[in-house]
Amino acid sequence: MKPAPFRYVAAESLGQALTAKVAGGSEALFLAGGQSLVPAMNFRLARPAMLIDINPLHELDYVRAAGDGGLRIGALARHRTLERDALVAQHAPLVAEAVRQVAHPQIRNRGTLGGNLAHADPASELPAVMLALGARLRARSSRGERWIEASAFFRGPLTTALGPEEMLVEIALPALPPRSGTCFVEVARRRGDYALLGVACVVTLGDDGACTAVGLALCNAGSTPVRSTKAAPALVGRRAGEREIREAARAVAGEIDPPGNVHASAAFRRHLAEVLTRRALQSAVARAQAR
Amino acid sequence: MSGERVLIATTVNGTRHERAVEPRMLLSDFIRHELGLTGTHVGCEHGVCGACTILVDGLPVRACLMFAPQANGRAIETVEGLAPDRTRLHPLQEAFRDAHGLQCGYCTPGILMTMKAFLAEHPSPSEAEVREALSGNLCRCTGYQHIVDAVMLAAKRARA
Amino acid sequence: MSTRQFGEAVKRNEDARLLAGRAQFIDDLTLPGMLHAAFLRSPHAHARLKSIDVAPALARDGVVAVYTAQDLGDYWRPGPLIVPPPPVEGAVFNERTQVPLVKDTARHVGEPVAMVVATSRYVAEDAAADIVVDWEPLPVAAELAAAVAPGAPRVHDDLPDNLAAHVRQTKGDYAAAAKRAHRIIKRRFAYDHGCAQPMETRGVVAQWDAGSERLTVWDTTQAPIAIRNGLAGMLGLSERQVRVIAPFIGGGFGPKIMLFYPDEVLVPWAAVQLGRPVKWIEDRAEHFVATTHERGQLHDAEIAVAADGKILGVKDVFLHDTGAYDPYGLTVPINSQCTLLGPYVVPNYDSTFTAVFTNTPIVTPYRGAGRQHGVFVIERLLDIAARELGLDRAEIRRRNFIPPEAFPYSNEIIYQDFTRLSYDSGDYAPMLAKALELVGYERFVREEQPRLRAAGRHVGIGVVCYVEGTGIGPYEGAKVQVQTNGKASVLTGIGTQGQGHYTSFAQIVADQVGVGVADVEVITGDTDQFYWGAGTFASRGAVVAGNAVSQAAVAVRKKILRTAAEHFECAEADLVIADGRVAIAGVPGRSIALGELAVLANPMRGAVAAGTEPGLEATSYFGPESGATSSGVHAMIVEVDPETMIPEILKYVVVHDCGTIVNPLIVEGQVHGGVAQGIGNAFYEQLVFDGEGQLLNATFADYLLPTALEVPRMELAHTVTPSPLNPLGIKGVGEAGAIPVGPLFAQALEDALGLPSQGVELLEIPLGPSRLWELARAGS
Repeated sequence: MKPAPFRYVAAESLGQALTAKVAGGSEALFLAGGQSLVPAMNFRLARPAMLIDINPLHELDYVRAAGDGGLRIGALARHRTLERDALVAQHAPLVAEAVRQVAHPQIRNRGTLGGNLAHADPASELPAVMLALGARLRARSSRGERWIEASAFFRGPLTTALGPEEMLVEIALPALPPRSGTCFVEVARRRGDYALLGVACVVTLGDDGACTAVGLALCNAGSTPVRSTKAAPALVGRRAGEREIREAARAVAGEIDPPGNVHASAAFRRHLAEVLTRRALQSAVARAQAR
Repeated sequence: MSGERVLIATTVNGTRHERAVEPRMLLSDFIRHELGLTGTHVGCEHGVCGACTILVDGLPVRACLMFAPQANGRAIETVEGLAPDRTRLHPLQEAFRDAHGLQCGYCTPGILMTMKAFLAEHPSPSEAEVREALSGNLCRCTGYQHIVDAVMLAAKRARA
Repeated sequence: MSTRQFGEAVKRNEDARLLAGRAQFIDDLTLPGMLHAAFLRSPHAHARLKSIDVAPALARDGVVAVYTAQDLGDYWRPGPLIVPPPPVEGAVFNERTQVPLVKDTARHVGEPVAMVVATSRYVAEDAAADIVVDWEPLPVAAELAAAVAPGAPRVHDDLPDNLAAHVRQTKGDYAAAAKRAHRIIKRRFAYDHGCAQPMETRGVVAQWDAGSERLTVWDTTQAPIAIRNGLAGMLGLSERQVRVIAPFIGGGFGPKIMLFYPDEVLVPWAAVQLGRPVKWIEDRAEHFVATTHERGQLHDAEIAVAADGKILGVKDVFLHDTGAYDPYGLTVPINSQCTLLGPYVVPNYDSTFTAVFTNTPIVTPYRGAGRQHGVFVIERLLDIAARELGLDRAEIRRRNFIPPEAFPYSNEIIYQDFTRLSYDSGDYAPMLAKALELVGYERFVREEQPRLRAAGRHVGIGVVCYVEGTGIGPYEGAKVQVQTNGKASVLTGIGTQGQGHYTSFAQIVADQVGVGVADVEVITGDTDQFYWGAGTFASRGAVVAGNAVSQAAVAVRKKILRTAAEHFECAEADLVIADGRVAIAGVPGRSIALGELAVLANPMRGAVAAGTEPGLEATSYFGPESGATSSGVHAMIVEVDPETMIPEILKYVVVHDCGTIVNPLIVEGQVHGGVAQGIGNAFYEQLVFDGEGQLLNATFADYLLPTALEVPRMELAHTVTPSPLNPLGIKGVGEAGAIPVGPLFAQALEDALGLPSQGVELLEIPLGPSRLWELARAGS
């Protein structure tokens, strides 16, 4: 189908884009990569009266080392960049591993991290990654800016904590402590499809081999990306051996209320949650031990 | 069409075009109907099939997922820009002909543009890498095997 | 060319244009003053249309016309019955065909209600959304089994129930055979074939020239001649006033031979009404509901076998979902009924089907055209019988093959071409042996599989067989001409959607008339160029049109020789045709170019002898007395991750017999493409309707076509049993790859997961990871 008509504004500056958003209100949407928004507009499911094209804002396209050993990623950083960037590979391998599962190269050439997170599809990989890493997201409006914890950012299907005048401008990833391992695994019917279910996890080990931190989140397991608030923290202070990992995997499956749809039943998703949590933890632990 | 038009300037296959476009016109429609370059085909307008793949600033993208105004200031390459002239083919096109890498030909232009960019970055791909690079382009006729053969043949000839 | 072209892997004539993006597909067409159409479609699967107000749409800038059923007047009528029911005794058939626009009742989601014509597709869609419709939703008969239950909502309220057809065909006496059986195996099978989804959707462009009173219609149809004839009749024009052109088409696969779709009937009419060209291009979302599907059947089948695995008889009672209308008759279920018999001796057969109306889009043939369903049933019954009798899966098949000396072999029942099902030639045991050899069957079963299993891997193997009736009549024709420029042309009535006719037909002509393949121009799909023909379907292009081309080329060759013999005053036997020239053998300097000969054959002065025709041209028609039977064996080794149920195909082998081969590259491509669609059908593609007849996955994001990562590299081998039914010995190959993949997956996945030993059988297609997991779980 063809999209419904809209007014088009090419952003000349961040400030101008934010002002235009105020003027347009909820009928105005930002256009970043467009890989989620434009299909929705082509189906006439989304019918914004105004599109503010922020692709000209190159100052939002960056990957930088943060002073604390973490990363600062501009909202307009393309998936393609995250796949190839040396800083991402070194400091946020979980992001690099997950972004390779996102769709196909043509999509990754345009799609942006900020756009993907602001779109907040609960089946999408990167929101779960942000939860697992404990990312912080910086939102800006013409009146100022604020930081939002990833755990507070995703509110519902396609719904975030961003206010109607706000733009997501930056994603801050904390430093990965030494002796950390990460893993992203998903099951999809075809390579590049939305995952039937995916698991992102970070495990940090102490000198005695016990876990000092475990972050674990799932995609397509609920109406938002789901962070494990019971099973993952329960691993802290214990060695993550085979038995503990299996227990944790079973417990994670119990923490979620996954959807059923044409591709997978809720029961199968719950089963996959257990299988993939086990595999992700095994891999993350092994990688942590190798460091 | 209704709506305020936007003035854009874009370079397609080396030729500069200036047009006033309605913002909602999809880039695929702009290339095909406004510029008359109908070699780029439309298969879905969902962003899945890849038939509309073009190169924007050298990178393959789905033309159905961009609006015409977004072409402003960009350099676009379509399948019409591959062959040096009407009597000759680009080496990639020759390899497709030699390996029977097309049947109905509808998905072919999108695949050619995707593979042109892929081979530029990966001149010595394995079959598995070619299949992965191809996975964003759907073909309903060939079962992909001869397409893969064509890409491997093109890569081999380029290395020789 | 002095080397023979027929049978060679000649590169395709059409490829340069296609590769350069210069080939004209329907949406590439632009005509001065052209308008664009969009349809408003029913959002309900079953609803009464109480009122419709198009005034808001007409008020929109850029809208030229909005048509509803009322506006069509006498032009509104149900479409023609394209394929009548077969002449089977006792057959019941209720003809109900689609209408151009809903008048009072919509019977499936997507049925068109109004047509908007505007200055652009964008505006036309805006205007369609302006139209106000008052619907009264009615109860929906969405699901096949529920639609035949007593009290089910009726799709057609002038019928007592949803029975579209009832056909029983028998051979021998199954009841008596069953009494003698060592074992009877009875199961319920469910097979859903999905939909074709060519990369190019449909489209129609029509232009009425009031000055010359001629209508030109460009249409993505697989049967331009039938469309020409039908439109002429509907519009009150003579056939000579109508020209239908099938441009380059981006894949057909069957749904493009459904004829007289509402849009095909309305766009030309609107062009005549408005006096301006009108274009309609179907978009993909529309395609899911506006173009036909080939969906599901439910089979209650049983097989009676002797202790040695020999088939004594088969009985099958099945339901066939025909959708809301049945314009294409019973082709699909008849194919299921006939193809179930396979390459096997089935002495007794009792098959009954009930075709059922449902509130879903129409079902018409899609690559395989119902054969898949029948093949699934027989192959699964044989697998279960093999297991119960302790026989190897390949052995039980071998024991039941029709032996090579038994051809032509009659199965007696009526086939889709209305003749008694007869196999012309075949030799199945060598094909099976070759497939087993290529897939490494013995070594896998004896040594590799046990070893891998011991290492915890879940690998399985599948081997399935099938036959395919191809190349049916009624006929096709061809006109071959050598022109004064020394090149040849071939005109034929069938259309092309990627099969390489531009090349394969050129190869046939090149050998006969002595020009290079690249110097033979093939024109298909233009009713002004060739008047008579049926269309591209049922794997018949190479067989029927190819033979017509060959006959015409042979006739032209005779004219070349006669004309040259007169010119040189020598005997025809002294002449040689090669490299575009005719020469007296062994006499250098005594030769003439074909182009010059063509000039001589069309004199400006003098007399043309009585009983001869001018030019180096001949027209010929070919109609086979019945279809030619191709056959094949597919074998596959698959590994499954038992926790995620994601399969990986490790090896895929096809051994295929399509008789004499014209171009091996093209044949390979057809098999590859068919297998890819078969893989999609087996594990990825399924149209999912809810209880209200809403299609839940009408997008490419949710209806999953296999990509280059899901389709493996295939190994192909060919055996050849020429068809005695046509001079070239050709059999069809277009649908072959798609037919047996469903049962192949079921067999191999059962094997990989060890399901039968857990009491689980896979009796349905398609499967997917979630469904497979559920089925496997029920066992353990």
